[in-house]
Amino acid sequence: MTDASGAPRERPKSPHLMTGGFGSPLLWRWHITMFTSIAHRATGVALYIGALLLAGWAVALAASLGETDHATYAAYMALLGSPLGKLVMFGLTLSVFYHLANGVRHLMWDAGTGLDIKSANFTAVAAIAFAVAATLAVWGIAAMTGAL
Amino acid sequence: MVELALPKNSRVQKGRHHPAPAGAKKVKTFKVYRYDPEQPGNPRWDTYDIDVEACGPMVLDVLIHIKNNVDPTLAFRRSCREGVCGSCAMNIGGRNTLACTHGHEEIPGKECQIAPLPSMPVVKDLVPDLTMFYAQYASIEPWLHTKTPEPQQEWRQSPEDREKLDGLYECILCACCTTSCPSYWWNGEKYLGPATLLHAYRWLIDSRDEATGERLDALEDPFKLYRCHTIMNCAQVCPKGLNPAKAIAEVKKMLVDRVI
Repeated sequence: MTDASGAPRERPKSPHLMTGGFGSPLLWRWHITMFTSIAHRATGVALYIGALLLAGWAVALAASLGETDHATYAAYMALLGSPLGKLVMFGLTLSVFYHLANGVRHLMWDAGTGLDIKSANFTAVAAIAFAVAATLAVWGIAAMTGAL
Repeated sequence: MVELALPKNSRVQKGRHHPAPAGAKKVKTFKVYRYDPEQPGNPRWDTYDIDVEACGPMVLDVLIHIKNNVDPTLAFRRSCREGVCGSCAMNIGGRNTLACTHGHEEIPGKECQIAPLPSMPVVKDLVPDLTMFYAQYASIEPWLHTKTPEPQQEWRQSPEDREKLDGLYECILCACCTTSCPSYWWNGEKYLGPATLLHAYRWLIDSRDEATGERLDALEDPFKLYRCHTIMNCAQVCPKGLNPAKAIAEVKKMLVDRVI
């Protein structure tokens, strides 16, 4: 069929991730390896933000050197120690461990091993499990030593 | 470019419902993607209540049953009905596979959703335009390249070298893997995709081929090869049980090996 101008009608694109606009039902039934891949990207982005937070910490530390009450540093630490700050820090801890574990999977793959479906699915679960366990361990130790 | 949502003209809308015939014994609902270039409007989901006792066990049997008995306007490709031609590749229950080898009992959920291969221009209903897919396959020159004079009889190969082609030569170019790959969804015009790259590797490790260097040169590109991020959808869906992700990893290794 042609439109009013006589040009051929543009073919629609078949559904891939979604079946319509944002919020529409998903077409693709996700694989765990697909989840671990996008999570690697997402945690990588989160770690960039985490690096900025760390740089901010160093700046606050340097800024408060000349201050007798170290007010800048105290304010920065209070920000990180607030409930929202703790949530961000928890997310960053999870991101560090997940990105680390999944990075090991990528190293394996670059060496040409662990690419069969069974191994890839298993290491996907293992990476997630390690990230959760290591994060809980770090925060558990922090809570027990009174660092929170 | 990453486009998570579909363009406006491609968003699938609610379509018609075809109820089950009277006296149907075991009714199952099939939700099928429909697009008619002859009619105005967006693609739509038509639902068909089918008596699965009246047709064969495979999804292709259901589609043929619909075309013969319910709605002759339904368009889809099929040929061998035994998983060797790759014509009936489509997205069934949210995963790409061959309609002829996939039982409708295997589809999870109440409604069996059937759509064309993802992220492709749709010609009609379940028929995608695979022109670019075939052009990409042709671009890797999938034939034997030789420089030495042709032997009297055939190009010989040891059984060990022949074994290296196992898991590669079986590919039927159904495009299930390529259209399952999110990297291909976002960069399909520049990234060659899993099927083409699996074939690229098939010629790279063929002991008789003498153009390995040129073939590697052609692949050394930020997009053609390196858009593979090991998402693994290709290997997860391949109806022949092949592993394009592994083949791509081997090509990347070959590129590293030749510079160290």
